[in-house]
Amino acid sequence: MDIQILQEYLPLFGEAALLTIVLGTAGIAISVVIGLICSLVQYYRIPVARQIVRIYIEISRNTPLLIQLFFIYYGLPKVGIKTDPAICGIAGLAFLGGSYMAEAFRSGLDAVDKIHAESAKSLGLTGTQTFFYVILPQAVATSIPPFTANVIFLMKETSVFSAVSLMDLMFTAKDLIGLYYNTTESLFLLVVLYLIILLPISLFGTFLEHKLGNNSVRQSRKTTVKRQVSENARKEVVPDVGN
Amino acid sequence: MSGLLEIKHLTKRFGDTVILNDINITVNKGEVVVILGPSGCGKSTLLRCINALEDIQGGEILIDGGMIGKGADMSKVGMVFQSYDLFPHLNVLDNITLAPRKVHKRTRADAEEEARELLKRVGLSGKEKSFPRELSGGQKQRAAIVRALIMHPELLLFDEVTAALDPEMVREVLEVILDLARQERTMMIVTHEMQFAKAIADRVIMIDGGSIVEENPPERFFTEPDTQRARQFLETFTYESVRK
Repeated sequence: MDIQILQEYLPLFGEAALLTIVLGTAGIAISVVIGLICSLVQYYRIPVARQIVRIYIEISRNTPLLIQLFFIYYGLPKVGIKTDPAICGIAGLAFLGGSYMAEAFRSGLDAVDKIHAESAKSLGLTGTQTFFYVILPQAVATSIPPFTANVIFLMKETSVFSAVSLMDLMFTAKDLIGLYYNTTESLFLLVVLYLIILLPISLFGTFLEHKLGNNSVRQSRKTTVKRQVSENARKEVVPDVGN
Repeated sequence: MSGLLEIKHLTKRFGDTVILNDINITVNKGEVVVILGPSGCGKSTLLRCINALEDIQGGEILIDGGMIGKGADMSKVGMVFQSYDLFPHLNVLDNITLAPRKVHKRTRADAEEEARELLKRVGLSGKEKSFPRELSGGQKQRAAIVRALIMHPELLLFDEVTAALDPEMVREVLEVILDLARQERTMMIVTHEMQFAKAIADRVIMIDGGSIVEENPPERFFTEPDTQRARQFLETFTYESVRK
């Protein structure tokens, strides 16, 4: 591997990484909003809207992002809707991500035992209060692992953006390989930059899980006991320095 | 004199299945009514109807004169459930003070002061900051009782609150309820603890197959019940010796 080539390519890859991050973040942010709305529609069983959401989720999850992008980028202009590649990429990612987020949030909402909503009602809390103080905090704790997995998945999916001429990481790598045949250096930078983007997300997800999982449903009595036992065991192993 | 709770010709169906059929009960202020009956007889459903957690298909339920669904003040009814229903993401104190703060708009300090007092009364001082998962079943149920009490309900409903508990924890929960009876609170209790029922009830109502089969003071119900069905039911709690 040639260090000089790496240095030469780094700014190009840096720019591409920035584009990947910007487009990915925007797409994921919108997909979170779509997901929240869809999961609430399903949780509260809102008629008609619920069927529409179901159809959207099935279409969105069962078609590849590449095809969705082609549809938006090449298909929509035929009926007069023309968008620039960046908007197209964000829209595609949001269309795909919305359904994944919806399912992640719904699993969290469904995991909250019905008895809690009933207790809240019998205590006199309104529906909105019950949702924000009782249902949502529990649902969030349960939703974090699938949510993190979705964020990582969607960030990685941005690699197909190159197909609609967006100069993201994948595009840059392929472009440079095609021009100069420095395959090793290009692929090396490609992997490293994806890792730089994705590892922090992954670690932050684990951190959140621990942080919010601490006071939540996720941690059963059993694990607390187990930890206590292992802590006690550790204490016994440590020699008593005091004496 | 009209009762705090009046149930008139209550009918509850799930689809075509009749769960409760023409139930008539009046509970006066300060009275403790124990509901007995075999599993699936509809006694839990009855309590859920009184707490407006189930819609009803016939008849009416009046709380202090107001009809449920038509202006009854549901804050007059408090309920404690069979399963540990404390909110798992909140500690004991927050579990108890959530409703008074959000529904009655009381300040945190005010609500917490009363919560601490009530917790002391049920023997849970020092557990304010514990999370439900750190408590035993009996402690959880006592906290759940406090959570209902802090809303100052006039009628308390207990739905088999000790059914999921280990035997040695049953007593600590029942003691709390006995203490409430001494304070002359109005209560409706569904239970399978016969000794407890005998000790606390002013009146025993037995339900079977969705209908009331017998209604009597405990002295009469447990010694010489009017109906064959009640006798049969009570026999299921005694065992014949097999020693030779």
